[in-house]
Amino acid sequence: MLSVRHLSKSYPGPRSRDVLHDVSLELGAGEYVAIMGESGVGKSTLLNLIAGLDAPDSGSIELGGTALAGLDDDARTRLRREKIGFVFQAFHVLPYLDIARNVELPLALLDVPPMDRQRRVATMLDAVGLGGRGGSLPRELSGGELQRVAIARALIHEPALVLADEPTGNLDPDNAAQVLELLRECVKTRGAAAILVTHSDRAAATADRVLRLTAAGFTG
Amino acid sequence: MTWRLVTGPILQHPGRSLLCVLAIAMGVALGFAVQLINGSAISEFTRAAQTLAGKADLTVRGARNGFDEAVYAALAQRDGVALASPALEVDAKLPGRDEPLRIIGIDVFRAGRLQPALFAEGADLLDSLRADTVFLSAAAIEWLGAGRGDSLTVQSGLAQRTLRVAGTLTTDDTLGRVAVMDIAAAQALFDRVGRLSRVDLRLAPGVDTDRFIATLDLPPGMTAERPRDAGSATDRMTRAYRVNLDVLALVALFTGGLLVFSTQALSVAQRRCQIALLRVLGHTRRQVAGLLLAEGLMLGIVGAGLGLAGGLALARIAMEIVGADLGAGYFRGVAPNLRISPTAALTFGLLGLAAALAGSLGPALEAARAAPAAALKSGDDQRAFAALRLPWTGIACLAAGAILASLPPIDDLPVFGYLAIAALLMGTILSLPVLTAFLLARIPRTRYLAVTLAIEQLRARPAQAALSLATIVAAVSLAVSMAVMVSSFRTSVDAWLEGILPADLYLRASSGGDSAFFTEADQSRIRAVPGIARLEFLRWQQVLLDPARPRVTLLARDGVDTDAERRLPLVGAIATTDGSLPRAWLSEPAAALYDRTPGNRIAIPLNGRMHEFIVAGIWRDYARQNGAVLIDRATYMALSDDHSANDAGIWLAPGAATADVTQAIETGFGAEAIEFATPGEIRALSLSIFDRTFTVTYALEAAAVLIGLVGLSSAIGSQVLARRREFGMLRHIGVTRGQIARMLATEGFVVAAVGLVIGSVLGFAMSFILIHVVNRQSFHWGMQMHVPLVGLALFVAVMLALATVTARLAGRQAMTGDAVRAVKEDW
Ligand SMILES: Nc1ncnc2c1ncn2[C@@H]1O[C@H](COP(=O)(O)OP(=O)(O)OP(=O)(O)O)[C@@H](O)[C@H]1O
Ligand SMILES: [Mg+2]
Repeated sequence: MLSVRHLSKSYPGPRSRDVLHDVSLELGAGEYVAIMGESGVGKSTLLNLIAGLDAPDSGSIELGGTALAGLDDDARTRLRREKIGFVFQAFHVLPYLDIARNVELPLALLDVPPMDRQRRVATMLDAVGLGGRGGSLPRELSGGELQRVAIARALIHEPALVLADEPTGNLDPDNAAQVLELLRECVKTRGAAAILVTHSDRAAATADRVLRLTAAGFTG
Repeated sequence: MTWRLVTGPILQHPGRSLLCVLAIAMGVALGFAVQLINGSAISEFTRAAQTLAGKADLTVRGARNGFDEAVYAALAQRDGVALASPALEVDAKLPGRDEPLRIIGIDVFRAGRLQPALFAEGADLLDSLRADTVFLSAAAIEWLGAGRGDSLTVQSGLAQRTLRVAGTLTTDDTLGRVAVMDIAAAQALFDRVGRLSRVDLRLAPGVDTDRFIATLDLPPGMTAERPRDAGSATDRMTRAYRVNLDVLALVALFTGGLLVFSTQALSVAQRRCQIALLRVLGHTRRQVAGLLLAEGLMLGIVGAGLGLAGGLALARIAMEIVGADLGAGYFRGVAPNLRISPTAALTFGLLGLAAALAGSLGPALEAARAAPAAALKSGDDQRAFAALRLPWTGIACLAAGAILASLPPIDDLPVFGYLAIAALLMGTILSLPVLTAFLLARIPRTRYLAVTLAIEQLRARPAQAALSLATIVAAVSLAVSMAVMVSSFRTSVDAWLEGILPADLYLRASSGGDSAFFTEADQSRIRAVPGIARLEFLRWQQVLLDPARPRVTLLARDGVDTDAERRLPLVGAIATTDGSLPRAWLSEPAAALYDRTPGNRIAIPLNGRMHEFIVAGIWRDYARQNGAVLIDRATYMALSDDHSANDAGIWLAPGAATADVTQAIETGFGAEAIEFATPGEIRALSLSIFDRTFTVTYALEAAAVLIGLVGLSSAIGSQVLARRREFGMLRHIGVTRGQIARMLATEGFVVAAVGLVIGSVLGFAMSFILIHVVNRQSFHWGMQMHVPLVGLALFVAVMLALATVTARLAGRQAMTGDAVRAVKEDW
């Protein structure tokens, strides 16, 4: 499903240094892994490279059989649109759209017919426990609820891969546990693969396996 | 520290702050410059009049072309008069020059005691009495490039007379361009034997001037005034035009204040967290409001300072280029020095400060009122604009505007008309959130995600969109109303010109000045020129109907009694007359100024006596702002015994060529004595003068549009910057750069379109008031509304394109930082 080979990345700048050096990773369909590592080691950088938001210095990334290196920005964007769902630490829902329309966004991007969209959004909102709140605006929701919206948005279009970068970083332990459980459940029922970046051992424990990223690549 | 808290935000967005400063500066500069120029011109005019009057206590004057000498004899013998000095003033035509030279004929012995400025320095007394000598003022010497001993040619009737420059007047330079000669010589030279233009009186000690003036019963059409009041009629003459410009300056200031308002409101919204932090750290509400007001004050101080300096520069440049009358043609031959008026500086400086402070007041209070905890929470920015939703205040303002527009003028000034425009503008701006929401709700859904997102974003924040719109609406309405007004005016003037110039060729003895004219003999000679089918002569002069008002132009034309109904651009009904009184046709301004309608009577002073006329009808006239009265020349000649004429209209015989007729007349009278013009030339010249008069208006309009556009783009730009995280997220979930660019372009387009729709509607309403209330009340001109459709369509297209491009550019700027980093910024 996802194969990352000998990936290296360094940021240009005054104190330029390698962030990722010869990193490799294989992920099968439906596999749920957690990545842990010190702050600044390059976890977010790795996710961005996988999502095609940034280009590596060397190495290759293949997503569902397509090599990212050969694609231009628009093609990478279309691939991401189809195959990837994102969950962020800071939720990032559009404040001016109601919950339902926020969740609907990826479907709209994929030109799914409107009738279809409404049905799928309703089902999805039910699945994340927000059934009936589709008309609410983001500012009327709590942090935990907002993250459920984000999970719904990440999965509505049934992507092959979900990337979650510290999705519980802004939540209290109780909410965090609920959100993690929801994320795992949603990912598993839809047969998607997922990478969960986290600093918390409890969070990492919800994954199928845990990888540790160090300056020397993956260990464990 | 506090200093840093104030200047920090200003310097953080230097472009935006600069823009506010410039907008304020523009309003201040314009208002200040107009005041400076007019103040200088009036004071120059008054000083010249005072110098001319010398030690006299009062001056008696009459119609422009004089009154009978007998008046002088009577005045000189009156009780209480110590000394009387008669003078004949003639604006003499100089062959080959466009502007006339004022020649003053004086009684040397009397003037020498009363008006030393008219006395020549070290002159030979005999020279002062010779028939062919003149003394020039310093300004006249400079203008003519002539000196003592040189000769000076002037035109009298159609003949040229040569005079000798015998010397210079005393050093006083306040007189302007004048020449002085003996009064008897001047009367003979200009064919005005027995006529005078003014008598200056010195009263005996102990005689009260005002009481003397009150008991003086002068012949009709004459008036007495103190020399220091000489400027007041001129001041009144230019007032309407000046007030017009002042109002434009105020509008510019208002636009500037609005720009400060929208900039500060957006900046405060963006800085909600920072401001909340200040509160959390222990700043009181008052302190927070104070800091934000201080920001506005800073902008105001810099803007007002720049504006005053700019106003001074503008006044200098404008006087160089368009003259002291700002292109309106009021002060000919006056070349004043700029006089800096502290009052004007203070007034406009304070107005600039007030505009900036008023603009920042709302956002400051709003920010101070916000609860810090709520402000720190994300997604709350819409609340910041809740206070802007004031539909009822807006509607009340609009209603007030409609009522104000129907009120009469105060002291000839359309005060309520201007207030009505202000009320409409305010009302519209206050209603913007509601109007915007209403218009946005009308936009149909599309299947393009970029467009949908753009419109959703705007719909969700009508108040914020309204903020970006405020400046553009003000600017567009100003531009549209001015464009419609000027175009209506120009079209009406053009149509009018076409109507009033029916002849094939026009002759004029002198366009400037009053020394040149056609005598009866000249008239017969022209009549004898072959190729002329029909010839009409016109005599015009300035008569005083009301001492408190500027003189009215009396026009006497051949054939008026038979063809007025057919030829005049009449407005309204014609009075049926029984023929017992001669008929007079009043121009619109004359009818309004002297409150006459067809059927009324009007008395006109001719040859020292009042003559009753019946007002037969009212005609449109854009040429003489102080009013004109048209009568038949046969009547005029019978009543005044004046048989000369200034202009002639020629209808060519079939087959005759303009060039041949012109040639024949020129050989008869000399090439320089008569000016020839075809109706086409007169029309072109008149329209070019018209356009010159409106240059200031055009420039201001362009500046306002620029402010509006820049205001819109700065608002869009700052909102786009504030939404960088949103774009970052959209990129993550698969929105392409192109889609984001299209989304922003759509937002820019939609906002501009809404602004243009609202601004245009408001502009039309304002132009209606400008045409039917403001112009009518200040200039008494009626005109047909004319909408310059092509121009406006072009304007709309350019504005839309610019707004769209601006939004796109703002988006590109916001996306230079990558999507990855944008999502990291915390909300
Ligand atoms: N755009 C950039 N330009 C320069 N350096 C960058 C950029 N983005 C990240 N870095 C640097 O690259 C390194 C890795 O950053 P990254 O965000 O991937 O770390 P991380 O493992 O996700 O850390 P954390 O656990 O704190 O989120 C850091 O040292 C960071 O300073
Ligand atoms: Mg990270």
